[in-house]
Amino acid sequence: MAAQPETIDQVRAVTEQKYKYGFTTDIESDVAPKGLNEDIVRFISAKKNEPEWLLEWRLKAFRVWQTMEEPQWAAVSFPPIDYQDAHYYAAPKQKAGPKSLDEVDPELLKTYAKLGIPLREQEILAGVEGSEGKSPAIAVDAVFDSVSVATTFKAKLEEMGIIFCAISEAVQKHPDLVKKYLGSVVPYTDNFYATLNCAVFTDGSFVYIPKGVRCPMELSTYFRINQANTGQFERTLIIADAGSHVSYLEGCTAPQRDENQLHAAVVELVAMDDATIKYSTVQNWYPGNAEGVGGIYNFVTKRGACRGKNSKISWTQVETGSAITWKYPSCILQGDNSVGEFYSVAITNNFQQADTGTKMIHIGKNTRSTIVSKGISAGKAQQTYRGLVKILPKAEGARNHTQCDSLLIGDQCGAHTVPYIESRNRSARIEHEATTAKISDDQLFYCRQRGIAEEDAVSLIVNGFCKEVLKELPMEFAVEAQKLVGISLEGSVG
Amino acid sequence: MIEIKNLHAKVDGKDILKGVDLTIRPGEVHAIMGPNGAGKSTLSYVLAGREGYEVTEGSVTYYGKDLLALEPEQRAAEGVFLAFQYPVEIPGVANTTFLKTAINAMRKHRGEKELDAMQFLKLIREKTKALGMSDEMLKRAVNVGFSGGEKKRNETLQMAVLEPKFAILDETDSGLDIDALKIVAEGVNALRSPERSMLVITHYQRLLDYIVPDHVHVLAAGRVVKSGGKELALELEKNGYRDFGVNEAA
Ligand SMILES: Nc1ncnc2c1ncn2[C@@H]1O[C@H](COP(=O)(O)OP(=O)(O)OP(=O)(O)O)[C@@H](O)[C@H]1O
Ligand SMILES: [Mg+2]
Repeated sequence: MAAQPETIDQVRAVTEQKYKYGFTTDIESDVAPKGLNEDIVRFISAKKNEPEWLLEWRLKAFRVWQTMEEPQWAAVSFPPIDYQDAHYYAAPKQKAGPKSLDEVDPELLKTYAKLGIPLREQEILAGVEGSEGKSPAIAVDAVFDSVSVATTFKAKLEEMGIIFCAISEAVQKHPDLVKKYLGSVVPYTDNFYATLNCAVFTDGSFVYIPKGVRCPMELSTYFRINQANTGQFERTLIIADAGSHVSYLEGCTAPQRDENQLHAAVVELVAMDDATIKYSTVQNWYPGNAEGVGGIYNFVTKRGACRGKNSKISWTQVETGSAITWKYPSCILQGDNSVGEFYSVAITNNFQQADTGTKMIHIGKNTRSTIVSKGISAGKAQQTYRGLVKILPKAEGARNHTQCDSLLIGDQCGAHTVPYIESRNRSARIEHEATTAKISDDQLFYCRQRGIAEEDAVSLIVNGFCKEVLKELPMEFAVEAQKLVGISLEGSVG
Repeated sequence: MIEIKNLHAKVDGKDILKGVDLTIRPGEVHAIMGPNGAGKSTLSYVLAGREGYEVTEGSVTYYGKDLLALEPEQRAAEGVFLAFQYPVEIPGVANTTFLKTAINAMRKHRGEKELDAMQFLKLIREKTKALGMSDEMLKRAVNVGFSGGEKKRNETLQMAVLEPKFAILDETDSGLDIDALKIVAEGVNALRSPERSMLVITHYQRLLDYIVPDHVHVLAAGRVVKSGGKELALELEKNGYRDFGVNEAA
């Protein structure tokens, strides 16, 4: 079972690790006073000019949250979080609602450029694209601290009836859709962090794909925590109506800070009959330094509902960042013949801790799920795969295949696998395979003898180890993810 | 030129090499024979820079450089190649990916331009064909599930692609069938050139019918105890190692 990971303050230096995205941006921001109470919830709601029903929903969540306790079952440890010692709203100061990229603060755009997101370029390129027949365009929504600052390609998507915008904008423009689906997959009573999110969420992305429409480009959101002492509580809601198809990618970074920052997001996906949602994440929040100081607490609730027949939800995640990750993207397979997939690479180095996995709940007939989890641990990091496969009585013919592989680098890290299987239907078939391997000195020497430096050898071997998952990423991001795998393991050998 | 002088080395606190002297000039092929456990593989690891092989005395000069001061990957980039007695498996990493990473790392080290995908593919296709290997083996993970003979062939392919200046072949002939032995030997012979030196470790004089050495040495109990020409190998085949105070079956 899970070894007791060392607490963050007890620890000492190992290696200096570089975090490429550790800059902060100097923009005046509009910050709510520290602390959390009903007034703050009202403040956020008022700032967003929200309808009464949404404020009521937030307040209900807040009242429930006050009665809840932080979950203790995960194999992670950290000093208690003082929820009163953070800002729950921070917006970059700018004139209300940018109409186009030209109105966005140039400092912000620079920040995104540093992150490698060519917001502006993409709009300009939009005209050329297509004639070139090269890689498909990507529409980007950028969320900075708590506020969505820019969404590209909106006009083009609107022509097809696709809605891709900030969730705060969706509340104003498409209140019926939001009201119908918000909280329908992750209810406001769900769990401590999700409930907190319901009360104080500030922004996030909203996607609606109408019946029969195949979204012609990748939709993508980049999240960035910039402000000190802010939590980020974004909320993403994606609805794929009957027969539609969408691929969505989220990327995340945060500046380097000595204090821990809380990120408690909620993502809800709804797939109707014959609809497919592919949701990919490249998570690279600041992991803390080599001594375990600082870093993001990434406590996220992600859940998809396959409501319709033959619907499909596929989660792909590459998790390299965060001091602590607590995350179980799940699928509720309600429609007959619906399919859930979970492909995960989680890398923990130095003092990072991750407790991650998935839940596949089989309700409908002939529902199928596939889980491929690749965990890599280096330094003194601890990692746990926690997965639940649940087959309900009516899930005739349900099938699950789980493969769970761990790779250890060095002998001070740990990997743990905790599969829970509950089957209440005799016709169900459930398979579980697990392996643990180490990068051996023999392998490293063999690579070095062929001229490959040790760190490159580790990156090569690890990329080989997670190839199965990386190939599930949209092509444009696969290369980025490969590099990230290398960077996040720097200093793990030698 | 490679000059090994009075080389002593320890593994796990145990003295294995006890004063090896050997000089290999450019273009020469030297064969090393000797009983099991004599220290032949140890010598190859010390030359390649494996961790845990501690040099306690002596020196190795490689084209004027102190070879022992270099990291393993630097030695490789300088042209030292070791065909392993037991090639290592690397799951998940395709043979082509591995070779491309290797050749480009070395080119980078030498200040040469890296090969792009097309150039590399052309190069590797040529070499694979010459060694009678299938393209399918290039796609498979490095040495994973390869038969003993296939692993050795793969080592030869890597050598052919990386074109080393000093190649050490540690029992590359072991495990090869008769046809494969000929193909591998031809591959090695094709690499013979006035600038390239080779150290061929083997138990069988048969290999030396194909790869004809300039010099043959006997390594026993951590020392070169006898050197001679090709005929020494024939003599060893007949008499074993008993003249050197070692039991053949040791
Ligand atoms: N890690 C180690 N710890 C202890 N002894 C070792 C270690 N590695 C090698 N040796 C010993 O060193 C000696 C020389 O081994 P080496 O592999 O160099 O022999 P060899 O000449 O290549 O033999 P063979 O012909 O069987 O391949 C052997 O007695 C071996 O047991
Ligand atoms: Mg040997």
